[in-house]
Amino acid sequence: MSALPGSPEGTAITGLDSSPVDAAALAELPPLTEQTRVEAREIIGRYPVARSALLPMLHLVQSYQGFVTPEGVALCAEELGLTKAEVGAVATFYTMYKRRPTGRHLVSVCTNTLCAVLGGQRIMDALSADLGVHHDETTADGSITLEHAECLAACDYAPVVTVDYEFYDQQDVDSARELVAALRRGEKPTPTRGAPLTDFRGISRQLAGFSQHPDAAAAAAAVDAPGNYEPTLRGLRLAAERGESAPPMRGPEREPADAGEPRETVRPSGGTGESPGQEAADARVAAADTPAEKAGAAGSHPDAPEPAGRRLPDGRKGTDTPAGQEPGTSGQGPGGSARTIEGRGPKRRK
Amino acid sequence: MPLTPVLTTRWAADQSWRLSTYERLDGYAALRTALSMAPGELVTMVKDSGLRGRGGAGFPTGMKWSFIPQPKPGEEPTGPAAMPKYLVVNADEGEPGTCKDLPLMMADPHSLIEGVIISAYAIRSHLAVIYVRGEAVHAHRRLMNAVGEAYAAGYLGTDILGSGYDLELIVHAGAGAYICGEETALLDSLEGYRGQPRLKPPFPAVAGLYGAPTVINNVETLASVPFVVRGGAQWFKDFGPEKSPGPKIYSLSGRVVRPGQYEAPMGTTMRELLEMAGGVRPGHQLKFWTPGGSSTPYFTDEHLDVPLDFDSVAAAGSMLGTTALMVFDETDSIVEATLRFTEFYAHESCGKCTPCREGTYWLVQILERIAHGRGTAQDLDILVDTCDNILGRSFCALGDGATSCITSSLKYFKDDYVALLPPEEQSRLGRSLHIEPVGVAS
Repeated sequence: MSALPGSPEGTAITGLDSSPVDAAALAELPPLTEQTRVEAREIIGRYPVARSALLPMLHLVQSYQGFVTPEGVALCAEELGLTKAEVGAVATFYTMYKRRPTGRHLVSVCTNTLCAVLGGQRIMDALSADLGVHHDETTADGSITLEHAECLAACDYAPVVTVDYEFYDQQDVDSARELVAALRRGEKPTPTRGAPLTDFRGISRQLAGFSQHPDAAAAAAAVDAPGNYEPTLRGLRLAAERGESAPPMRGPEREPADAGEPRETVRPSGGTGESPGQEAADARVAAADTPAEKAGAAGSHPDAPEPAGRRLPDGRKGTDTPAGQEPGTSGQGPGGSARTIEGRGPKRRK
Repeated sequence: MPLTPVLTTRWAADQSWRLSTYERLDGYAALRTALSMAPGELVTMVKDSGLRGRGGAGFPTGMKWSFIPQPKPGEEPTGPAAMPKYLVVNADEGEPGTCKDLPLMMADPHSLIEGVIISAYAIRSHLAVIYVRGEAVHAHRRLMNAVGEAYAAGYLGTDILGSGYDLELIVHAGAGAYICGEETALLDSLEGYRGQPRLKPPFPAVAGLYGAPTVINNVETLASVPFVVRGGAQWFKDFGPEKSPGPKIYSLSGRVVRPGQYEAPMGTTMRELLEMAGGVRPGHQLKFWTPGGSSTPYFTDEHLDVPLDFDSVAAAGSMLGTTALMVFDETDSIVEATLRFTEFYAHESCGKCTPCREGTYWLVQILERIAHGRGTAQDLDILVDTCDNILGRSFCALGDGATSCITSSLKYFKDDYVALLPPEEQSRLGRSLHIEPVGVAS
């Protein structure tokens, strides 16, 4: 991200040999080993083009050393046949790659507009005061790195704090202070949504595409951990309360899915629809899927009539659990054959 | 309009993210149907359904797919048609206010995976990648698990369900960069570079990932596809207006009683959605809101009855974006809110083009001094002028989006800015206003 002049990020900390981390701190780090290289090569094997592995590889080296060290940069460069400058240029672009040693836990407080007005800024200020550190700084005891974060895509749970990117929802100053105090005592309060808290290095390992758990059962438990998803489910529960649902699907395959042989649904009339060529693929594709766009980019060409009825009371609710029931904790996977994140990357392209 | 759970319909089921649950609730039924159809038929079906991209731009999905050059029958393919095709899923949700894709991947990851398989089959791709926002470790975890389940059950890999069709699916975590939600920046990031947008043309449909034809679709878009296949194109049009039909997940947040995800037909109004969410918190009034995230111009209480679909919102002067409805009341300072958003854009500007990189930096400086009571009478004009020099002159839509909150706040709430100016500066404008300072920290 571009750094503002005068900001800490603006001091050209490149993660290369000019890294500002002092030599003594670097000497204390666990070295990267042959195992790291084996895993790096496994990541490379997932992609048709080796360089695509760079981002996960940076997560990987960070999982061993807590930040992207000069040694980590060098390892990525060697394995991918890049220069250290090329790797450093990438590592310094992304917020999640840390350029100085991180604490055991990374505490991120959303201070983007919506969380901020609902108390996020007060939380950030309070934690900063309690810990005696500012944005992107680590406590002297090495327990916590504090940062303010941009929107974490959890606005319906605002204000949110994450620890090692696991969510603690609907926080206030008191709850956030207690959370951080518990972390400093070595406790791991349960995140609001799921998986048990591990630590910054563990989560970096997950982001590299590896399991951070000792065995498949622990990995499955993390996937299936219960959580509080009230805001996520509000619309669904309100629909159930009101007896509102989507228009019924037409077509013969309508009800139970058990007939493993669903029929074809409405076949469109008309030709293959394959069309225009590049010239059509023009200015309007440009618009697609970007953060902010001309909304009216192009009309589709609807030639079908607009049907009537949309409200219908029901039918469909049978498959849902009753409102109020939270996801269970059983952790049993499908037929015991669950392939979890454990040790599995997508197979290499042939 | 009533609530119409479609994409969200499985979300409350016990262990909704598990394959066993998904299969019990009609999951992968659409895939079987799709694999019995010709790819071109699927493209036509999605075109006919009127499905438009849910990532913000609203581009017709079937049309996007049809731009992928395909070999012609009986001819030796050349150029892009002869290259591999790729499907890339934009799961880099990060636009402030937007919070629909992560819950979807948390609660029902298989619906995305099924949509990916069908869509990849339609464009004749054998490799798909889901680019998930790095911070979204919870969704990433569920997605990795679901992909593993899908491989084990034969929904991914070689000869899917005996159809002869092969597809590999990679889940790829990003590393914290909003700009990677821009499709070409996402491609650069996925190729292992800094996430900076590419010049277009060539468009990704012709030269995308690794220079090959690529479709990039949003999570909610792809998760809609199995429903189009199962319900049919005409059924999909039962929801909302003819030109932008379909069920839509509306995300309400901020000063409402019950923030959350509400799925209703396209074209539902804010008045209806607010009522569902219990209204603005008691004792307060709506002041401003965003129809689709921070990049979409603010709306006010004048806009409560605008149908929230792509065309109606555009006609009313904003953009539907991602239907991220952030609600603010009279205790929230429009200037502070705008400053925060602008700080976000300045932080997230990738630095590639000058108008955005420099412009967002200076916009922050100006807004800061206004917010802190040190603005000048000229500053309001400088804001407008700076926005004029960013909008339409930036490399990608990030720069354009950065101006939305500023120009729209000046349009509707100019007095709020003026009131923050020192009295002598106000008098230059012939004004004398005072408002109690309200800040984000209050």
